[in-house]
Amino acid sequence: MDGPIDLDAELRASNVQGVLDDLDRELVGLRPIKTRIREIAALLLIERLRRRLDLTSAAPTLHMDFTGNPGTGKTTVALRMATILHRLGYIREGHLVSVTRDDLVGQYIGHTAPKTREVVKRAMGGVLFIDEAYYLYKPENERDYGQEAIEILLQVMENQRDDLVVVLAGYTGKMNTFYESNPGMRSRIAHHLDFPDYTAPELLAIAKLMLAAQSYRLSAQAEDALTEYITLRMRLPHFANARSIRNALDRARLRQANRLFDRGGKGLTRDDLMTIEAEDIRASRVFAEGIPDVGDADTRV
Amino acid sequence: MTDQGMRITQGQFSFLPDLTDEQIAAQVRYALGNGWAVNLEYTDDPHPRNTYWEMFGMPLFELRDPAALMAELEQCRKSFPRHYIRVTAFDSTRGWETPRMSFIVNRPQHEPGFRLVRQEVDGRQIRYTIHPYATDKPEGERYP
Repeated sequence: MDGPIDLDAELRASNVQGVLDDLDRELVGLRPIKTRIREIAALLLIERLRRRLDLTSAAPTLHMDFTGNPGTGKTTVALRMATILHRLGYIREGHLVSVTRDDLVGQYIGHTAPKTREVVKRAMGGVLFIDEAYYLYKPENERDYGQEAIEILLQVMENQRDDLVVVLAGYTGKMNTFYESNPGMRSRIAHHLDFPDYTAPELLAIAKLMLAAQSYRLSAQAEDALTEYITLRMRLPHFANARSIRNALDRARLRQANRLFDRGGKGLTRDDLMTIEAEDIRASRVFAEGIPDVGDADTRV
Repeated sequence: MTDQGMRITQGQFSFLPDLTDEQIAAQVRYALGNGWAVNLEYTDDPHPRNTYWEMFGMPLFELRDPAALMAELEQCRKSFPRHYIRVTAFDSTRGWETPRMSFIVNRPQHEPGFRLVRQEVDGRQIRYTIHPYATDKPEGERYP
């Protein structure tokens, strides 16, 4: 066929738009990431049209790396990535194999290669997600087996591009050091996605999404308290973006449960069980003492 | 008889022409879809009673896509271009716990076949057995 192609019809048929809309709805902020995914989607769609007209070109490389501060959504997006690429028809199965150093690197000579290959085989047809990828390379130990795993990965990323997509993730600084020592890795990755930190309004939106997913809601005062909490918390050390918010919400749930428990008696409504009040949030140490109630060892519920 | 050799027929599809790689991948996809673990085995002893072949690498558990097995098969063919190679799909479901599929994916170029051996025993009885010509040579040198 040589006539003009109806791109809109093609777009509708591939349900790419649905994927992108889902992404917009379910992930807050992350503008640059969404833009990049949109670009990838466009590329794959055009690629498919080109193939139909017998315009040959090599399959695009889709290996990616996600860098960013803790809690900026790297793992969440990686989980989505498998679904997205599957729906776009780039990978065949659409499963995600999530591994860390432990799953790839062996404990003695000759143990690493089979272990890494095993993982690669499981990931074929899907996405191989390597979290904290910089741990693979340990410059302080020249006999570290991580290097071997890296070499096998490089080989696979080059030769079996059609069979799997490798996604590396890690904190920005450490990943840069990692790439400096492994230039081959850097050049085989086409898409470097940097996850920006969230702004306070974005974090509030994320908090609401998280609560809604667990059938909780904030009272009006609680929302004000949480806004205040987020502003304060962002200035404190060890701030981990959405992860800090999730922890704060978990603690708020704990306090809410305790509050209801202490109140005792009857007359507990469905509303009571669902609502988080301002006092549940204001009890945090962030307000009283200006120190993060880091960790789950916080006993001041 | 002219020397056409003797094409051995073991496992599934062995009366059909050799499967193409796409057809092999499709069969493997079917096995994986059923939750069976696939693996590769090879041998150069064509005797039908030779049940236990050598395993090539480990069984491939938790696969989702035939690509991994096809890569493995390519390796195996490189190492053993003139051996018999078969794919076996193992079903670990309780009550089955057995191979559910098994088919040959690689065979020697020329299969010389079998000799009929007659052994004279008590009285005028004769016992018949078959003997593969290939096994007259040591392992690894059987198929030129």
